Amino acid sequence: MKKLLSIASAIAISCSSLLAQAAEEVNVYSYRQPFLIEPMLKDFEEQTGVKVNVVFAKKGLEERIEREGKFSPADVVLTSDMISLFDLVDRKLVQPVNSKTINENIPAHLRDPNNQWYSLTMRVRNIYSSKRGEKPADINYEDLASSEFKGKICTRSGKHPYNIGLVASMIAHKGEAETKQWLEGVKANLARRPQGNDRAQVKAIKEGVCDVSLGNSYYFGKMMQNDDQKAWADAVYINFPNQKNFGSHVNISGMVMAKYAPNKDNALKLMEYLASEEAQSIYARDNMEYPVNPKVPVSDTVAAWGEFKADPLPISEIAANRTKAQRLLDEVKFDL
Amino acid sequence: MNHNLPIYWRAGSWLLALLLFSPVIALIVEALAPAGELFDHLWNTVLTTYIANSVLLILGVGGLGAILAIPAAWVMANTRIPGRDQLQWLLVLPLAMPSYVIAYIYTDLLEFAGPVQRFTGWESAADYSFPEIRSLGGAIIVLALVLYPYLYLLARTAFLEQSKSQTLASRLLGCSPLQSFFRVTLPMARPAIITGLALMGMEALGDFATVSYFSVPTLTTAVYDTWLGYGSLNAAAKISAMMLLVVMLLISTEKYSRRKQQLYQKNTGQEQRELVELSGWSKWLAIGWCWMLVILGFLLPSLVLVEYMIAYFDDSWSSELFEYGLNSLMVSGSAAAAACFIALFLGVYQRLKSTSFSRIPARLASTGYALPGNVLAIGVLIPLTLSDHLINELLIHWNQSTVGLIFSGSIITLVFAYVVRFSAVAVGSVESSLGRVSPSLDMASRTLGCNPQEMVKRVHLPLIRKGMLAGLLLVFIESMKELPATLLLRPFNFETLATWVFQYVSDEQLEYAAPAALVLVLVGLIPLIMLNRSLERQEQK
Repeated sequence: MKKLLSIASAIAISCSSLLAQAAEEVNVYSYRQPFLIEPMLKDFEEQTGVKVNVVFAKKGLEERIEREGKFSPADVVLTSDMISLFDLVDRKLVQPVNSKTINENIPAHLRDPNNQWYSLTMRVRNIYSSKRGEKPADINYEDLASSEFKGKICTRSGKHPYNIGLVASMIAHKGEAETKQWLEGVKANLARRPQGNDRAQVKAIKEGVCDVSLGNSYYFGKMMQNDDQKAWADAVYINFPNQKNFGSHVNISGMVMAKYAPNKDNALKLMEYLASEEAQSIYARDNMEYPVNPKVPVSDTVAAWGEFKADPLPISEIAANRTKAQRLLDEVKFDL
Repeated sequence: MNHNLPIYWRAGSWLLALLLFSPVIALIVEALAPAGELFDHLWNTVLTTYIANSVLLILGVGGLGAILAIPAAWVMANTRIPGRDQLQWLLVLPLAMPSYVIAYIYTDLLEFAGPVQRFTGWESAADYSFPEIRSLGGAIIVLALVLYPYLYLLARTAFLEQSKSQTLASRLLGCSPLQSFFRVTLPMARPAIITGLALMGMEALGDFATVSYFSVPTLTTAVYDTWLGYGSLNAAAKISAMMLLVVMLLISTEKYSRRKQQLYQKNTGQEQRELVELSGWSKWLAIGWCWMLVILGFLLPSLVLVEYMIAYFDDSWSSELFEYGLNSLMVSGSAAAAACFIALFLGVYQRLKSTSFSRIPARLASTGYALPGNVLAIGVLIPLTLSDHLINELLIHWNQSTVGLIFSGSIITLVFAYVVRFSAVAVGSVESSLGRVSPSLDMASRTLGCNPQEMVKRVHLPLIRKGMLAGLLLVFIESMKELPATLLLRPFNFETLATWVFQYVSDEQLEYAAPAALVLVLVGLIPLIMLNRSLERQEQK
């Protein structure tokens, strides 16, 4: 029996060596898209000689990691918004990281006091407005519910994590009842059923379907760089909402170390690299996001939009309202 | 009739069926736990709209699909029209077109600021009065355009395998051609047509990419919302179980309604087929109808892809496409072969041990098809991770080194997921082919001294080859296009053409993945053309 077993395990081992088990490596589960992070991972591989294996996914990685349990190969998980970041933390799929380097590079309000999660980049939830009108001197998320915007608003699905984040922050500031009223007002003002992505809303403004839309900041920069989409970006102003009260809503992309990370040392190396000036400047340059590392400046394009006041509420307080936000969106039938 | 099948065949059938059913069991177990008030919340807010949309989507896709496919199938099987040889296979091509690609292309064409608006001279979106493409109607049309070949293939095969003698008899007894079509040809093809409609319906029910692109919330949306938004796999599993129940109910109703019918034909495939010569308006109608399907479902979108590719070639060509293509080919090919083998195994078991008990394995093996891909992915993950844990724990127990996730962390999980999801397609087409083989052939071959295995090899296999091939092809193509399960279950550093294309579709920039989308379509074409060759060869005999 024993002999049979060792033969079997020898075969299994040779099989699993096909699965990605080189000596120096780190395994990444990523919600962030390949074209953004692959250049960074390549750079990391060249610098450290550590091979990076990646699984890219859109949804459901939390479930996969949970089912894989203690044999999960995942070392580092990269998320593209606060919702999945906090899902990972709340489902206890992460472990604290002890790194002075990371803590020096990421300001305290952009990471977990218990070192379980870290922000990597920030993006503002902007209000884009049509150049057919004047650039509004001051605009607030609250205004989107007022009757002056009747039939003039475009947005992507309310259930998209970026919008859930915004609604969650409204709940944190105004409470559930007032946020629900606000959502009802916004829904009544929509020019069309929520659809498409953030860029598609800007295109719709250009085509005269609507006058204002919600969208993340970096899309504006990316559209300006794209030959086909530049005309869309040229048709709108980018506005930073709520400058005279609680500040613009800022969402984050982030990283965690998986609870059962088999390559802990390399995982740490990768996380430190992602917070470093080099990687942070790639985020700033290639994706026009706001880097978390204070030593790294924003790209020139982003700098041209000017300074703004960001919502100072702790991220964890906003993310704590994410399920409530989802419920409110269902209750007002935002997408229907 | 009851034959003595060897024990390995009987036991094997049940084992295979249970293996394919294990993800569903896992989900049912998950669904049994109480969901708390989340379910009430959904019910009171959005669930009824989702259910209504799902029902309308299925009815719409099925109805429109039948209108599109059945006339085309009949024309191809029975008449001679100019270009028939080409249309024969051209009509199947939309199947190679992933629905998320075609949805993207039609949105691009028909939305405001698209070429249609420019062409028709509307100035701005405000006075562009073309019906909104991102709507339930748009989703129905797009899904029907890419799914109708299911029905077309199965119906055409059924029409082809139909013996001419029955139609001739009905004509002799005074039926007009149309009457004979509705009273003989169509009822005889009913099992195949129902199978085709069921496949289309389940495909539409499980679709996520297209409906979410068109922002039409259906039950799949509900499943995603509950599972990913509310973090409740339990409520998601409950909704999936409901969907499953509805599908099984529909299928068994249909089976029950024709429980007393026995449709056999003594056609051995050797009979001379006589094609009707169409003339006048009926000829042009037939030609126009078939070409309309080919153009809308395949040629136009392909042309748009080619146009994207030329315009964006420098930004979009990647030498890695070859590797992605091979990956797609490998997993989809393995899945297709496995699904066909299983379909044959279970189909024969069901036929030769014709008890109501022996029908169960084929039904169990087909249930995965009604699950939305992402839920199925979780369903697959549960038994596979359990086996992985078991193996590793045992190794630890015996002081051996652990091997990691050899099932759930490798491409085995993808192949398994595809087989679970798509074996229904293979089972369906093998079943409907086997169903048309008269039992008198079984009796004759047994009388002449064949044992059951020999009979399967020498009598059944040659007769159902067409059906098997159709099953193989359909599973292959479906696996090539499959997305949600692939995205979630793939191992490290593993990209397929579908995942690569979808990455851009989801970013609304398909232009940059046009070469990959074209390769995906082209790779799907090869088996399609092979299948048609073999169908044609059979006809010429």
